[in-house]
Amino acid sequence: MTTIDGVIAIFGLAAITVLTRGLFLIPERDVPLPAWLQQGLRYAPLAALVAVVAPEVVLTQGQLITTWMDARLPAVAAATAYFFWRRDILGTILSGTAVLLILKLGFGW
Amino acid sequence: MSSTCAARQPLWRHPEFARGAREMTGTALGIGAWALVTGVAMAKSGLPLPLSVLMSVIVFAGSAQLAALPLLVSGAPLWVIWATALCINMRFAIFSAGWRRYFGQLPRGARLRMAYFAADLNYVLFLRRFPDPAPAPEQVPYFWGGVACNWTAWQVPSLLGLLLADSIPTAWGIGFAGTLALLGITYSMLHDRATWIAAAVAACAAVAAFALPLKLNILVAIAAAVAIGLLIDRTTPKHVRPMEDRT
Repeated sequence: MTTIDGVIAIFGLAAITVLTRGLFLIPERDVPLPAWLQQGLRYAPLAALVAVVAPEVVLTQGQLITTWMDARLPAVAAATAYFFWRRDILGTILSGTAVLLILKLGFGW
Repeated sequence: MSSTCAARQPLWRHPEFARGAREMTGTALGIGAWALVTGVAMAKSGLPLPLSVLMSVIVFAGSAQLAALPLLVSGAPLWVIWATALCINMRFAIFSAGWRRYFGQLPRGARLRMAYFAADLNYVLFLRRFPDPAPAPEQVPYFWGGVACNWTAWQVPSLLGLLLADSIPTAWGIGFAGTLALLGITYSMLHDRATWIAAAVAACAAVAAFALPLKLNILVAIAAAVAIGLLIDRTTPKHVRPMEDRT
């Protein structure tokens, strides 16, 4: 790979960012979507987030984890408990990360 | 007259700009941790530093970057690299259908400029702020406020990760803070039986389909959640839901 190839590839990737994020924003006229699809789209962002989160929590190298002694599980439990107690995202991140670091650094999980 | 005055006011002085930025700050720490780890991973991929910096600054799509890097380093054909990024970013195309309902009347240049900066969390928070899919003047400043916060929270740590890769201990698992941020956002979107079930179905689908290439498991999960969501919507008695766009 030469530097020029790399630059071309990277500018292409930036164009793909615009193309995908703006796909339905490109045409001047509305693209008619069936009503059921418009209604169903309200579940799409939720599903996309869950689809990123769930494998990060329960998979290691593509395999389901087989031990309870995985620091991610108590971290998620703590973050979950904090969220439903206070409904605050920052505290959710901090409490989960704190549990993770204590187990990893303190107990070697 | 007041609307003309409001239009002359700089965008970032609009109260909705501040609100958009403020509502993004809760997750900014998690986004930042995630960006830092992404930057470190990019630095260790073997791509020359100037190219990595260019990629981080202009591509602005973390998972597509991470997938494209090894392909780029190993000299894969351009079309393979681009097709990979296209598939991984496909969820954004789904969101763009939602953006259209708010920003469809803006000029095309403005639409595409906004699309470029519209990351996942911008969409999620925007829909929470404006559940009714009809254009309103305060939407544009709110959007840019959220973008300003999210872009900064991503780019600064990403560049730090690139430059300080050797002194940042990724083994501590700090990138997991990004997952926790998304987890919190996910919980905040669960407000009735349908969303809980759709989320559970999406989680199972994403894990079960994880072996698919190009993160296609994300699209599988979206399809499964939309299908089950529609099924629940049609089989439960009608009642007013805040996120529903027609009554």
